[in-house]
Amino acid sequence: MNKKNRTLKFDFFYSLNFTSKIQNKYSISSHKIVLLQPNNTSIMSSKILLTSKEVDIILHRLACQLIEKHNDFSNTVLIGIQPRGKFLAERIASILKNNYGIAAVELGFLDITFFRDDFRRSDKPLEANKTQINFLVEDKNVIFIDDVLYTGRSIRAALTAIQSFGRPQEIELLVLIDRRFSRHLPIQPDYLGRQVDAFNNEKVKVQWKDVDAAIDEVYLISNPS
Amino acid sequence: MKELSVNHLLGIKYINKNDIDLIFETADQFKEVINRPIKKVPSLRDITIANIFFENSTRTKLSFELAQKRLSADVISFSAAQSSVKKGETLIDTVNNILSMKVDMVVMRHSNPGAAHFLSRNVKASIVNAGDGAHEHPTQALLDSFSIRERLGEVTGKKVVIVGDVLHSRVALSNIFALQMQGAEIMVCGPKTLIPRYITNLGVKYEPNLRKALEWCDVANMLRVQNERLDVNYFPSTREYAQQYGVDKALLDSLNKEIVIMHPGPINRGVEITSDVADSQQSVILDQVENGVAIRMAVIYLLASKIK
Repeated sequence: MNKKNRTLKFDFFYSLNFTSKIQNKYSISSHKIVLLQPNNTSIMSSKILLTSKEVDIILHRLACQLIEKHNDFSNTVLIGIQPRGKFLAERIASILKNNYGIAAVELGFLDITFFRDDFRRSDKPLEANKTQINFLVEDKNVIFIDDVLYTGRSIRAALTAIQSFGRPQEIELLVLIDRRFSRHLPIQPDYLGRQVDAFNNEKVKVQWKDVDAAIDEVYLISNPS
Repeated sequence: MKELSVNHLLGIKYINKNDIDLIFETADQFKEVINRPIKKVPSLRDITIANIFFENSTRTKLSFELAQKRLSADVISFSAAQSSVKKGETLIDTVNNILSMKVDMVVMRHSNPGAAHFLSRNVKASIVNAGDGAHEHPTQALLDSFSIRERLGEVTGKKVVIVGDVLHSRVALSNIFALQMQGAEIMVCGPKTLIPRYITNLGVKYEPNLRKALEWCDVANMLRVQNERLDVNYFPSTREYAQQYGVDKALLDSLNKEIVIMHPGPINRGVEITSDVADSQQSVILDQVENGVAIRMAVIYLLASKIK
């Protein structure tokens, strides 16, 4: 990247809005910083948020935190939110089994496509994934597992979707990355890996070993295509 | 991200292989949904659908209604028997009157071939063809292929024989288009009077002998003898038809392989197939009905996602 060609363009979304102190306090997170090339196309750049080793440590910590509350998981089920939460849920389940001897943990995958609130509103068509829940969640402690918590809308949809499988005793949320200050709904995680501050035009990408790449890694990508 | 290439489902002829694959992938998910304790999803809660049936139907109408309700759409249904059509209203007027009540999608069955196509060019709504005369019945063909895929793993390379009244059948034509698109081999079988003369121009085989046809095929789709459409005598008697083109257990057991028996319904038991064949392990007739709801949910969901 040529430094001379970089232009900083600030978009003050909330700079004229003095009505809310909270919005002013965090107004910095709404500034868009766009790097422009001479031909005016945006440059895509990425930054590593978590390395493979950090991901490993965090996954073990999350597993231990789950054990602390749920003991032997006799009345607890893990639900990975499709499409990306599936991989995290599988990893947590395998750590519980291989490192802590909890083999009988029930694991399911929930697709929320048909419960989303942006059907016909989003530019991209929604694509359905497989739901695989071979048990009822009636009176169970349910732990939703997803890789990134952003607006909270997926979790809102998951809360509705899980009702088709019974009335759970309790629902908790485990996420690897919490993009704070960007929530559209009052939803917060119970177990979290790492909090991240990111601009709205940036994307947090979680990459899994044996699924997307050779190692686990979490990236922050600016100007994703 | 994938979406359908069309805004209306008028016939299999107007869609492509990618559309069929997308419909099947979506239907897989809906089949899982309709086997949940609570079989409903809220996707289409802001969509209103009118089911307009100018021709009698029980199964298709129920299946469409159920599919729409499982998607949380608002549904109005009407049959020609109780309508102003009897008072001389034109098709466009009838449908436009319904659309002014803010309807987004119309599912229509009509006795005239091309009625759905005509409507799609003249009114502002997504049209789903639920059968137009002897032309097409796309959702039936899709659910038939979906059932073959479910039972045999895939449709490509399979040999399918369509037995019976191909001349008056919209199911046959849509099935031929859908199966060919997916790379299946097709044969038609029936009395010559009930086979369209130039059917082989579509690239299908014709075999007048039922036993030979069954020995060739993996799947036999037994069409109903549509007595209501048989204006002249196409065969001497129902009894003789049953003897020549009816499948019974003895015939099935005498074949050197196990074939899959399909029927679009309603069955004339003892005419196209006997009761013991209809209720046998080889029959997928009730799976077809279940898959019908999943397929129609998929079609309506995918078309609705294109309404802006």
